[in-house]
Amino acid sequence: MSEPLLSVRNIVQEFESRGPGGVKEGVVHAVSDISFDLMPGETLGIVGETGSGKSTLARAVIQVDRPKSGSVVFRGEDLTGLSRKELKKVWSNFQMVYQDPFSSLNPRWRIEDVVAEPLDSHRSLSRQERRAKVRELLDLVGLDPDTYLRRRPMELSGGQAQRVAIARAIALDPAVIICDEAISSLDVLIQAQVINLFEKLRVELGLSYLFIAHDLATVKQVSDRVAVLYLGQLAEIAPSDRMYETPRHPYTRALLDSVPGLDPETGVAKRPITLPGDVPSPLDPPSGCRFRTRCPFAQEICAAVEPKLEPCSGGGFVACHFPLDDDGLPTNGHPEGAKAAMPA
Amino acid sequence: MSTTMTITPEPATSDGIGDKPVLRVRDLQVTFTRAGKRIRAAKGVSFNVRPGKMLAIIGESGSGKSVTVRALMGLLPPSAKVAGSADLDGQELVGLSDRKMRLVRGQEISMVFQDPARSLNPTMSVGAQIVESVRTHRTVGRKEAAERAIELLKLVRLPAPEKRFHQYPHQLSGGMRQRVMIAIALASDPKVLIADEATTALDVTTQAQIMELLVDLRERLGTAVIMISHDLGLAASYADEVLVMYAGQVVEQAETSELFANVRMPYTRALLEAIPQVSRPSHSALTVIGGHPPDPSQRIEGCPFRPRCVRATETCVTAPALLEHDAGHWYACWHPVTGDPREETES
Repeated sequence: MSEPLLSVRNIVQEFESRGPGGVKEGVVHAVSDISFDLMPGETLGIVGETGSGKSTLARAVIQVDRPKSGSVVFRGEDLTGLSRKELKKVWSNFQMVYQDPFSSLNPRWRIEDVVAEPLDSHRSLSRQERRAKVRELLDLVGLDPDTYLRRRPMELSGGQAQRVAIARAIALDPAVIICDEAISSLDVLIQAQVINLFEKLRVELGLSYLFIAHDLATVKQVSDRVAVLYLGQLAEIAPSDRMYETPRHPYTRALLDSVPGLDPETGVAKRPITLPGDVPSPLDPPSGCRFRTRCPFAQEICAAVEPKLEPCSGGGFVACHFPLDDDGLPTNGHPEGAKAAMPA
Repeated sequence: MSTTMTITPEPATSDGIGDKPVLRVRDLQVTFTRAGKRIRAAKGVSFNVRPGKMLAIIGESGSGKSVTVRALMGLLPPSAKVAGSADLDGQELVGLSDRKMRLVRGQEISMVFQDPARSLNPTMSVGAQIVESVRTHRTVGRKEAAERAIELLKLVRLPAPEKRFHQYPHQLSGGMRQRVMIAIALASDPKVLIADEATTALDVTTQAQIMELLVDLRERLGTAVIMISHDLGLAASYADEVLVMYAGQVVEQAETSELFANVRMPYTRALLEAIPQVSRPSHSALTVIGGHPPDPSQRIEGCPFRPRCVRATETCVTAPALLEHDAGHWYACWHPVTGDPREETES
């Protein structure tokens, strides 16, 4: 087994929330004690509802917002201890691709300069070298350099602009690309093209991805493993095939059930099953298991004791007192699981 | 003109009085003039919406789906030219004066948009905004209007409606705000409710809740619902009928189960194959088609999908008409997909 590229341990990120007039309202528990590893060449999908802490986690990992506590070890070096200056050097290994390509590209610049910007600040290249590198990058993301070098962002479609953003992201040969809802605002056909591009770059450049998205089907498509976040905590983290086939956490199961499905061969639709209720406030998360207020299997212990992330059958880890079995029934002596196990 | 279609799809089934369409759109044309160029955003769109049914209009950005419904609502800028006919329960909407349109809009036909945070007034309580909507369409007293507002909040199943009535939009979650928007849209018992990407900005779990609500309201109130979406899976799961648009035209239309079981139009097929599926293994390549939708300011000869279509031949230079090839299944294509995968690869 190779060494992890990135080891994230016990990351906690909290923000002070202030109400009207700057009065202290409380502490937002954005990310609470999250740990995971990212292997070289691996794609880790991160899913969860709005406010589950997906983006905050990514920002804390690369130290854009310094986490409250925890450690992030990248190639043997703990990033949390680094100064701002030292961080800048490490940052060339991490690149982000955001949801709206237009707001992350300077509208006045030509594509050549947009793509070359990271090169200008991290490498010293001659004019010819710079142009050659930009041409190579545009070629790599499937844009014809002769057509696009001199254009400006507003002359591009959404899909083309996202390709430019990706070209810029891979300019410094990063180790990890963080995609924060990078394809959410694109049309279906363009989305598929960009997903295939990410896959191509992963294979050709050996990139690792942290792929943040709320669309579970897209995450399944690109990820080796998937982490499910609920209210700033890991509910489940597991190889994607296992997780999607037999979710162990009731929340993972609920998320999967709410995806509208359509079999492209038969045309049969799968009507989503709704999970009732809203996500509780991160200002005052429920005691014990944070999902218990919406969980159909919640018992007394769920309110009293916070479940630990433990290995589960079939691979991966789950934080639940009564993880689901292959038939979707709660285990560990849960009354409903026991009832079903009894001979009729 | 070859690209204009004047074919009129009528529903093949007529199993009762409830089947009489509440909205009949015929040959709707929307044209803009921008920088001296004529942009044809909708080219002869026709469809029916029946009470208590949900019609999904599917398409990519620029396919003309939003322009079509905005034309019905009279929400297009003055530079837009609308032609054709839209009959809402006996009243012609195309060519209606602004003043008359204002009586129809929000009253007979109303709309819910993608971003509830931007559609609500942040400085007014939720209750006040619903009361305003109720009183715009009916002459009722304040107290009565407030009672009706609470009733509407209960209708859209907002938890603790009496408490929420006094709260402001920022105190609600995205899903709750969208429920409030639906309550406002329903204040006047409209005959047609249009949901324009109404769940796109929401989480999957919330999306499922809101769609369930729309389906339930459609059944309970007999409101006809038009949902605009780019999400085929969503349309397949909830709509009764689906209409696929490409480059301002309807390219395929049928009842949901029929359409997805027997996709005929290569464009619809391409959309279907490009969506990631939960059931597919990780890292499997998606089938993609190259190219872009045509520039709406350019005149298109023949089938608009021709340049990107794998099945295109010389025949496609002549525009195919939208015809009812199979019972209740309309499509505009010379070389429809037959559905036999073996034949697909060999041909």
